[in-house]
Formats: sequence, C-alpha cells, structure tokens
Amino acid sequence: MSVCPLVLALFVVMASAPHAWAEQRGQAKEQIEFGIQVAQRGLWKEAIYRWERAAQLDPTYAAAFNNLAVAYEHAGQLAKAREAYEKALALEPNNALVRQNYDLFKEINDRATQKDGRQL
Amino acid sequence: MTARLRKTVDSFRRTAGGRAKATLCLALVAALVACTSYIEIPIETPIQPKLDVSAFQRIFIAGFIAGANEDVDANMETVRLLRSQLRNKAIMRVIDADTLPLLEVAEQSGDGTSTPPVPDQQAAAPAQEPGPSKPPVFNEEKDLEPYNHIFANVAYWKRIGEEFQQPLIVTGSVLFAPQQRSGFVQREQEVYDSFGRRQVVPVRTYMERKGFVLRPTFIFIDGRTGETLHTETFREEILYNASQQTPALSSYFELMDRLLPAFLNTLSAQKIKGTRTLLK
Repeated sequence: MSVCPLVLALFVVMASAPHAWAEQRGQAKEQIEFGIQVAQRGLWKEAIYRWERAAQLDPTYAAAFNNLAVAYEHAGQLAKAREAYEKALALEPNNALVRQNYDLFKEINDRATQKDGRQL
Repeated sequence: MTARLRKTVDSFRRTAGGRAKATLCLALVAALVACTSYIEIPIETPIQPKLDVSAFQRIFIAGFIAGANEDVDANMETVRLLRSQLRNKAIMRVIDADTLPLLEVAEQSGDGTSTPPVPDQQAAAPAQEPGPSKPPVFNEEKDLEPYNHIFANVAYWKRIGEEFQQPLIVTGSVLFAPQQRSGFVQREQEVYDSFGRRQVVPVRTYMERKGFVLRPTFIFIDGRTGETLHTETFREEILYNASQQTPALSSYFELMDRLLPAFLNTLSAQKIKGTRTLLK
C-alpha cells in the first residue's frame, strides 16, 4: 500500500508549521528585547532596526509594531508611527497598553497635523 | 512550578517570621512576572513648526484687540508674555516697541475699506492708556467681531511692516472673561466602613462654580506684504468652587501656560516629552 507523496508532504508541512512559528516568534522576541535594551540607552536608530526586523520575522507580533511605533514617534516620523500603532491594534485590539500609547500619540499627532491652525 | 512555589511558601510559614518571608516571596514573584511583560520609557516627540519663518529675522508682537477687563489687561499681559517667551527661546529678534492702538485704528477705519493712519514708532500709544472714552468691555466672541476687519487690512499692515523693517507681525484678539456654571459634578469622597477601612467612592454633587475662559486668536501677518500667513485660535477654561477666591491674573497665566507650547510650535520646532510603554 503506497501513500500518496502529496499527502505525505502536506503532513510534514503541517507538523513542522507550529515549530517554525515558535522559532520565528523566538527570534523576533530576541530582537524585541535587544531593541528595548538599546532604546533604554538612547540608541533609537538601532532599536528601530531591531524592531523592524522583529516585525519582519513575525508579522503577527503586536509588541514589535507597538515598539516600532514608539520609536517612530520619538524620531518624529508620525505617519509611520500611526501606521505601526494601527497594525499593533489590529493584531491585539484589546491590549490596553497599546491603546494607551496610541491615544497619547494621537493627541500629539492631531496637534501637529492641524491644517487650519484651529485648536478648538 | 506552582506546586513547588506553594511548597516553598509553606516551608516559610512553618519557620519563625515565615509569614513575612512568604509574603515577600510572593510579592517578588508577582513583581518579576509584571516586570517582564512591559517597560515604560521616556520619549521626546519632535514637532515641526507650522509656519516657515526663515524669511523673517524680526518679530513684532503688535498688540491684541482685548478690550477691558476689571482685573487683567489681557492685551498688555499677552504682549508681555509672548515677547518674553520669544526672547527666551531666541527664535527671532523681538521688536521692543509700543503696542498698536488697534481699537482706535479699527474704529477709524470703519468697515475696513479705508486705510487708517499708521502711527509712527515713537508716537504709538499704549493700547490701554486711560483716554477720554471708556474702552469697551468684551465678554463674548461676538463683541470682538466688529473689530476683526482690521486684521484683513493689507495696506495697513504693509505700512506697519515698512515702519518696523518688514518683520513677522503677530496680532489678533484675546477674550478673557469670567464665567459661572452650575450643575452636577462627580467628586471623590472618602468613606470608612464598619471595620474602619478607608474607601474612595465617586459622589455626584450639585455645585456652583466660577472661573474664566481664555480664547485668544493669534494672527501671523507678513510684514512685507501685509497679508495674513496663519491664524490660530485656542480655547481654554478653568472653573473653581464658587467659594474659592482665585485672582484673575493667576487664572490668566494658568490658562496661557497651557497654550503657550502650541503657540511657540507655530514658529519653531518643539519637543513634546512623554512616556510610552514598550512591550516584550
């Protein structure tokens, strides 16, 4: 009795998928933690590089996008920061910490992007 | 892991002072767990200026339509405060000249079609110098409307610009008026239960409150052309318990303090300090 090679290949892929995901999440986590360390020392460019890498490795990791948004905000790249916050919130809509960061960001961003200068 | 932790805690409990150690142990574990998930970090967000002022080397705070207030001369206080802030920030050279008598000029120019005379630099009288007629009192925004045409009088501002070597001119109106409001407000109240434990509960109470509203409109005029470059209007208010006696001048400065960063951000880049949370 022969097993169809296609089914076998599918089985192998399915069996290895969680392992591959965990490995990617692990690598992304390492990048995140290193990014935090350098950000705490004021090396924000390096932190951006690390968190961008983390987001590439695991595009479902909300922390990567949240941290990236914070770093973009610090760098004055407000459009990129908004995009990253929105991505983080799309991944974890109920994360109160991301929501809090985003609300604080919006306050500044709205002020900076006012077109007619009205502050009412 | 949990079983091992419980065992350790139990072993602490059996020894002298074990309870304190167990509590400490649990607190440390809780702190470790909490600390590993997020970190707060201070950031400084740079905000680009709203107006490109590279063409100007001088700035003239010309004065404001502010009318009379019993306790605060909003025109002169605003002029002094803005000049001092701009000097401290060294954004541009601040012209130290008398303010323009804008109320008189607006009244003379009527509907704004005629060009009022431009007072020369030395002869410009302070706006609030006591004169024969009592200055008008502005308590509402609509009271200022009859005077707003002065800001659109391009010929007038161009001539002022020529007088002061074509600076960036800042003018506008400042409404600083008392306000009174009554209604239900939510306050936190301390209560003690039958065991003497303190609790803070929200309580809705009816309160008479009074305070002030500050509504400045800053108009930035190009001294070379007399044209308006940018207009910015703010509104800030403060309310106190009716029994509290707060001087009007102190309220004025408190309200101005809130909007000064935004005013300065029109002319120069600002860094806004804050704290954000990084996640692991």
